[in-house]
Amino acid sequence: MKPHTLSVLVENKPGVLSRVTGLFSRRGFNIESLAVGVCEEPGMSRITIVCIGDDAQIEQVMKQLNKLIDVIKVSDLTENDRVERELALIKVNAEPGSSRAEIMQLASIFRAQIIDVGSRSVVLSVAGDTKKIDALEKLLRQYGVKELVRTGTIAILRGSKTVKSAK
Amino acid sequence: MKTGAKILIEGLQREGVETLFGYPGGVVLPIYDELYNSSLRHILVRHEQAAAHAADGFARASGRVGVCLATSGPGACNLVTGIATAYMDSVPIVALTGQVPTNLLGNDAFQESDITGITMPITKHNYLVKRTEDLGHVVREAFFIARTGRPGPVLIDLPKDVSTKEIDFEYPESENVSLRGYQPTYRGHSRQIDRALELLIEAERPLLYIGGGVISSNAAEELLQFAESLMIPVTTTLMGLGAIPCDHPLNLGMLGMHGTRYANYAVTESDLLIAIGVRFDDRVTGKLDTFASQAKIIHVDIDPAEIGKNKRVDVPIVGDAKSVLKEMIARIQKKKDYEKWLARIRAWKEKYPMRYPKDGSLRPQFIIEELSALLKGEGIIVSEVGQNQMWTAQYFGFKKPRTWITSGGLGTMGYGFPAAMGAHFARPDEVVFDIAGDGSFQMNIQELGTVSHYRIPVKVAILNNRFLGMVRQWQELFYDRRYSYTELPPVDFVKVANAYGIDGMRVEDPSDVRAALSAAIETDGPFVLDFRIEREENVFPMVPAGAAINEMIGGHCE
Repeated sequence: MKPHTLSVLVENKPGVLSRVTGLFSRRGFNIESLAVGVCEEPGMSRITIVCIGDDAQIEQVMKQLNKLIDVIKVSDLTENDRVERELALIKVNAEPGSSRAEIMQLASIFRAQIIDVGSRSVVLSVAGDTKKIDALEKLLRQYGVKELVRTGTIAILRGSKTVKSAK
Repeated sequence: MKTGAKILIEGLQREGVETLFGYPGGVVLPIYDELYNSSLRHILVRHEQAAAHAADGFARASGRVGVCLATSGPGACNLVTGIATAYMDSVPIVALTGQVPTNLLGNDAFQESDITGITMPITKHNYLVKRTEDLGHVVREAFFIARTGRPGPVLIDLPKDVSTKEIDFEYPESENVSLRGYQPTYRGHSRQIDRALELLIEAERPLLYIGGGVISSNAAEELLQFAESLMIPVTTTLMGLGAIPCDHPLNLGMLGMHGTRYANYAVTESDLLIAIGVRFDDRVTGKLDTFASQAKIIHVDIDPAEIGKNKRVDVPIVGDAKSVLKEMIARIQKKKDYEKWLARIRAWKEKYPMRYPKDGSLRPQFIIEELSALLKGEGIIVSEVGQNQMWTAQYFGFKKPRTWITSGGLGTMGYGFPAAMGAHFARPDEVVFDIAGDGSFQMNIQELGTVSHYRIPVKVAILNNRFLGMVRQWQELFYDRRYSYTELPPVDFVKVANAYGIDGMRVEDPSDVRAALSAAIETDGPFVLDFRIEREENVFPMVPAGAAINEMIGGHCE
C-alpha cells in the first residue's frame, strides 16, 4: 500500500468531476488529494489524484476510470521520474517581535513567501512536494497555525516525455 | 424549423426504434404530442418501472437497443430499478426522461429530481441536454454507447424547454460517432490467443466457463464450434444458459450456488478454466480461494476492468467473445485428447443427476420440466427472481441463445412480467412465458392492465407457494425455521386476472399440469396459471454462502 499519483485527462464537461469522484467513493477507494484544472489541450481538463492502495486496487481504479466515457486517458505517474508540487497558504500567529522574525526566517529557508501581514498574524505561501509542506507546517505549529489551506498535488514528468506520450 | 421533441422522435426512428415503452407526464407532454402523429408504437405501461424492464426484455430478446420514456421526478425515479437491472446485466437500453425547464433546474421545482446524478452509478453514460442544438448528436451517441463495447443503459434527460424550442436542424446523411474517451477493443491480442491455445495443449482437464457475454455478442455458434473441435466441456452461468444446447454431450449445465454437482466438481478439479464473457460473480464462485484453485485461468472479456477483478488471471484477453472465439478457432494447430477427463465428467453426471422428490404432490420442478417438454426448447422463457428463477434455470432445457431472460446481477423481483411484455414485441412469433412466484408477480402485477390493454400474449405461470420462497428457504436452513415475514396470505390470481379481462386457471394436481400449460399456449391472448405448489419445496443442490462450490447440500434425495 503506497500513494499513487494518477493523472486523468478528461473532457471539460459539466459533471465530469462528479463522475470521477463518485466512482472512487462507490468502489471504496480513498482519495488523498485531488487537483483539477484546464490543460494544454482545448476542451480537456486534467485531474491529478493521489490515492493509496495496493497494485491490484490501483489497477482496478484505473480500469474503472477508463470506462467513463468522458475520461480520455489515465496514467499512473508513480513509477515515473516526475516533479510534484502542491501549494499551501498558512495563516500563522505572529505577534510583532521575535516570533515574527523567526517565522520570516523559516519562510526564507523553505522559500515560502509572506503574502499578507496583519497586526497579529502573517500569511505564508509555500509550494513544494507534500513532505516539504508537512515539514514547514510542523515547524510553524509552535507559533499557532490559525488556518491552513492546501491544494492537491499536481505532477508532471521530467524531461521531454509527456503524460500523453507515456504508456 | 423543428422542435426538440420532433428531433428526438426522428432520431429514434433513425436508430431503428419501432416500439417504446412509457408513461406520460407534465414535462414530456411535447414529446407525447409528437408521438401522437408518429409511426412509433408506444406501449403505455401501468408503472414506469415496467417501462424500463420491458425495454430491457425487448433488448435481451432481440439484441437491439430497448427504449423507455418517463416524465421528470417520480417518473424518472421509478425507472431507476429497471436501469440498475439493465446495468448489472449489461443490457443496451436508452432511457428518456423529461426534466423541468432549464431555468428551473436546481430550484426544487415541481416534479424535479436530479436523475442524471441519481443514475450516474447505474448507467454506462448519461446526458442532461441543455440545448436543443445538442439533441441530435446526443441521441446518436446514446444509442452508439448503449449497443457497443460492453453494452449498457444510457439515460437522456430532456428539460421541457429543450423539447419545445424550435431550431433549424437536419440529421446528417451519415455521421460516424467518434468519442476520444471511448474506444472499445473488439479484437483479441493474437499473442495472448496463441498463449491460450498453448495452455490448452498443456492442460489435461480444461473447462469452458461461459457467461452472458457470449449471449450478448451472439457468439453461441462460435462457442459450439470451438468446444466441439477441441472437445472441451462447457458450463454456463445463469446468464449464459442457452449458449450451448442443454442436451449437448459437452454441456454440464449451470455452475455456482444452485448449479449442478457435476459442473461444480468439474470447476474444482479442472486444471484450465477458459472463462468467456463472465465476471467471477460471488454467486458463481462461492469461496473465492477455493474456486478453480487447481486451474490456470484464461479470461476473455470486452471489459478490461472485469479481468483480474476478483481472481488472478494467467492469460487475459480483452476483446469481443465472438471475434476472439473466431480467432481462436482459426489458430488451432494441435489438438489434445481429453477423453479421460470427459469420462470422469460422464461418471459424475451419471452419479449425481438433478433430482427432486416424486411423491405425487405438485412440485415446481415438474411444472418446468413439463413446459420444457411441451415447448421443446422453443419460445422465450422469462423469470422473476428467487426460487422460481432457479428452478427454471435448472429444469428448463434451453437450446438457443436469447430464449432465457432473467435478472441475474441485480436480482430484481418484479422484473419478469414486464420484461416478458418487452420480449413479445421483440419476437412476436414466439410463445413468451413468465415463470413467477406469488411474491415476485405481485411486485408488478399492475402490468396485467398493459397486457390486457394491448392483448399481449404473455403467459404467466405462477409457482404459488404463499411464501417468499427463497428467503424462506434460507430461514429454514440457516435461521432455525424462523419464518420472519416471509409468509404471504393466499391470493386468487385467477380472479385478479379475470378482473383485467384475462383468462386464467388454477392447478393443484400434477396430472393437470400439461393440459393447463397447453391451454395457456393455445390461447391467443395473455393467460395466467396459478400453480399451487408444495409450499416448502427447496432449491437444491445448494452451496451455502461462503462455502466452496464443491461443498453442496441437498439435491440428491430419492
